[in-house]
Amino acid sequence: MTVVSTNDSEVDQTLLSVEDVSLSFGGVKAITNVSLAIAKGEICSIIGPNGAGKTSMLNVINGFYQPQRGCITYKGRARAKMRPYEAASSGIARTFQNVALFKGMTALDNILTGRTLAMRRGLFWQLLRFGPALAEEVAHRRFAEEIIDFLQIQHIRKFPVGRLPYGLQKRVELGRALAIEPDLLLLDEPMAGMNLEEKEDMSRFILDVNEQYGITIALIEHDMGVVMDISDHVIVLDHGIKIADGTPEQVKSDQAVIDAYLGAARKPARIVPGATTEAEERDQFSAQTRRAVPVDGVV
Amino acid sequence: MDPLYKIFIDPFIQMGAAPDLLVQTLWEGLVVGVLYALIALGFVLIFKASGVFNFAQGIMVVFAALTLVGLDDLLRSWGVESTSVAAFAALGLTTLVMLALAVAVERLVLRPLVNQPNIILFMATFGLTYFLIGLGEFIFGGEPKVMITQDLYLPRGAFDIKMFGGFVSLQKIDIAAALIASILVIALGLFFQRTRIGRALRAVADSHKAALSVGISLEQIWVIVWFAAGIVAIAAGIMWGARSQVGFDLQIIALKALPVLILGGLTSIPGAIVGGLIVGVGEKLGEFYWGPLLGSGIESWLAYVIALGFLLIRPEGLFGELNIERI
Amino acid sequence: MLYREAGQYKTSYVADMAVFPLKQDRVGILILLLVAVVGIPLTGDEFLINAIMIPFLVFALAAIGLNLLTGYTGLLSLGTGAFMGVGAYSCYKLTTIFPGVNILIWVITSGFFSAAIGALFGLPSLRIKGFYLAVATLAAQFFLQWCFVRIPWLFNYNTSGAIEVPLRTLFGIPVTGATATATTRYFVVLTIVVAMTWAASNLVRGRIGRMWMAVRDMDIAAELMGIRLLQTKLLAFAVSSFYCGVAGALMVFLWYGGAEADVFDINQSFFILFMVIIGGLGSVMGSFLGAAVIFILPIILRLVPPKFGIPLFPATVEHLTFMIVGTLIIMFLIVEPNGLARLWQIGKQKLRVWPFPY
Repeated sequence: MTVVSTNDSEVDQTLLSVEDVSLSFGGVKAITNVSLAIAKGEICSIIGPNGAGKTSMLNVINGFYQPQRGCITYKGRARAKMRPYEAASSGIARTFQNVALFKGMTALDNILTGRTLAMRRGLFWQLLRFGPALAEEVAHRRFAEEIIDFLQIQHIRKFPVGRLPYGLQKRVELGRALAIEPDLLLLDEPMAGMNLEEKEDMSRFILDVNEQYGITIALIEHDMGVVMDISDHVIVLDHGIKIADGTPEQVKSDQAVIDAYLGAARKPARIVPGATTEAEERDQFSAQTRRAVPVDGVV
Repeated sequence: MDPLYKIFIDPFIQMGAAPDLLVQTLWEGLVVGVLYALIALGFVLIFKASGVFNFAQGIMVVFAALTLVGLDDLLRSWGVESTSVAAFAALGLTTLVMLALAVAVERLVLRPLVNQPNIILFMATFGLTYFLIGLGEFIFGGEPKVMITQDLYLPRGAFDIKMFGGFVSLQKIDIAAALIASILVIALGLFFQRTRIGRALRAVADSHKAALSVGISLEQIWVIVWFAAGIVAIAAGIMWGARSQVGFDLQIIALKALPVLILGGLTSIPGAIVGGLIVGVGEKLGEFYWGPLLGSGIESWLAYVIALGFLLIRPEGLFGELNIERI
Repeated sequence: MLYREAGQYKTSYVADMAVFPLKQDRVGILILLLVAVVGIPLTGDEFLINAIMIPFLVFALAAIGLNLLTGYTGLLSLGTGAFMGVGAYSCYKLTTIFPGVNILIWVITSGFFSAAIGALFGLPSLRIKGFYLAVATLAAQFFLQWCFVRIPWLFNYNTSGAIEVPLRTLFGIPVTGATATATTRYFVVLTIVVAMTWAASNLVRGRIGRMWMAVRDMDIAAELMGIRLLQTKLLAFAVSSFYCGVAGALMVFLWYGGAEADVFDINQSFFILFMVIIGGLGSVMGSFLGAAVIFILPIILRLVPPKFGIPLFPATVEHLTFMIVGTLIIMFLIVEPNGLARLWQIGKQKLRVWPFPY
């Protein structure tokens, strides 16, 4: 089937496009009429103040939430609803804000669960183990070890993940997502709670995953420095509406974005004790928050 | 054609043919339902306040009844002349025993298991159940006992009402049970909604950690709520023992409270009542009119199957709260 | 000192993934098997074999079954007794309808019947979890127990309502019925239990075991790995019930020699659950340890106090058993929720570094 379009190459390059999606829970409108497109091989960041609907957006792409309106086109196939199983089998992998690892298993086993879809041997061979099931297990163990090498977690592979420090847990979760061999990787605040060194490591991994394996990445992140540094494409959500969409430079200087973060249109809350005049308050408030959004590209 | 007729038409014809029997069966169902509701009430109390599903509630009912009868015997053998004095003194002492049990459970089971997932606490109550079964049998012996109904001034005999060409017999003790249950329910409902302690109980049910952080003493709350459940258990034990004997098979019957809770919702006091009545009536009607089709004794599982059906349609029960999992 | 792994290098993934990676462990299991296969029968003690070893193995098998469902997949089930009953009654019907077929074939086949019923009652697990699912399994328990009493076809219209095991032979030697010797029955049970334990151990170390554990730990994330929840849970119910069914058939055919419906009552379900809790949720070895503790306890209570001059009535033994078991459950849940298996693991860890503290 040929797609006739003047932007032929652009259409081919879009991995995921979300059209006019609305999601609400009872009276709460999480997402309202949002459309976005993620191109193949790019790193796309979804940013926005708290409660903007970013995690809900990922959950919709993933199939956890079914939107009331709109449709999702992934790899050329349009669908109104996505199920988590379909998402996994068509190559969408995900990490979570509060690490969703299998706490009762070791790091290696967690990564191996990511290989479940690729493992074929049925109940009978599993009961026997010797023979085809064992051979399959070894082959996938090899694959998992490659991921372990890539993420440099060899020393903790046999540790039960519940006992690992938070930063390492996040790395194991990334490894588990990679084990699915995804085409699209959704990362929900991968750097939350990390110090500078851990953030640099994680950024490096994300960039390597993108360059080496060609995996498209969509990530939610609050650290503006990281976002501006590694993203090719930034989408800004606020209160469930998309307010900006473009390259990091374009988004940085977009007035709507600055307003959303700095709240210039609204009177700021009195958060600086001792400030005497309204103007002083506003200045101090702006000064504090402006640090989060670098003005001239210097992190 | 024939089996369909037997299942869907015939029982209703039978109901219409002898309406006095129908009313009698309904009444029996309501009565048993009230008793189920009393037991379920104990479950709801503890679950509402500590998030613990107390599987041992049934054995607590048996234990309370046995203690009452045993203490009454003991007091009489010590020479207390007046039977009603002995009975009420035994009642008072039994209340103290249930308080001691509440304190012991809080100290030895609940306190060490604070913050554990609820399924662990649920399993701990299995252990508690079997411990109490063993202890009860050890102290009181395994033969069934007779409840000291008269000595507690509970009425005997029945009202026979002429109805529909036959008559319906309403036992006075059952009416008393319904009254006592209603009083308990109203009192507990008020307690939960209106008092400071009631609010603290609801806080503890929501989150142990959060309750601790605002200074609520978990230990006190737990003792209070298990003691309240103990009181309810005494009431249920007396009522049930008055209708039949006091024995350990009551513990299995008490398991019927589980379907009641599922129907009514785990956290709802009115739900326990409504659920109890539905299960009681459903069981009795089912056994009487459909039982002969399948063989007798379907009472042993009918309640569970009804509850199962409910679970599939409305898992939180009629009055319960839906648990929403967030990622 | 004894338990050092110095010098034992694993050079392949297969070696790394073995059940017993250390030589000392392999030696240990070999000794254990030798004691079981050779040592115990040689003692010839009828009581030891008949009243201790055979039931211990049978209960351990049932405990493995329940452990697969509750320990590995996280689905609490209170219907174990009933599923064992399904196995026992189906084996009885099969062998009375087709007496010529080898009894062992029927024992294994009865497991499939149990698996089917187990999967059927596991269907609600699609929509309900945790405590609610436990109540659904109670429905299975009470309903099936009612069936055992009220469906006379199951016990061949016998007036007493009980089933009696007919004489069956294997290679000409009687294995069931009154003439079968304890030793013969012991060997049959031992073989079946060892084989099924090995199969279970393979299962939990592979893909399916990981799927089950993923469902237990966080089913939402498991769905994301492409794990289909309903299929995985139903498989857990089916395999678990298979093991319980075979255990039930073994119990009736190779131990009791007969049965009534109340053998498979709710107390049986609870006792198997207690074995799993004490032995360790999520551990095949734990199932054996738990079965040993729960089963041997009343025997010790019966035999030991008279030696110290304190005679106990049989009823008292039962009451004390209940009390001690209840206390043990609470104690284990407080101190070590992962049971004896975890304590064993900790012990081995300490042994590895002994005589150093860490």
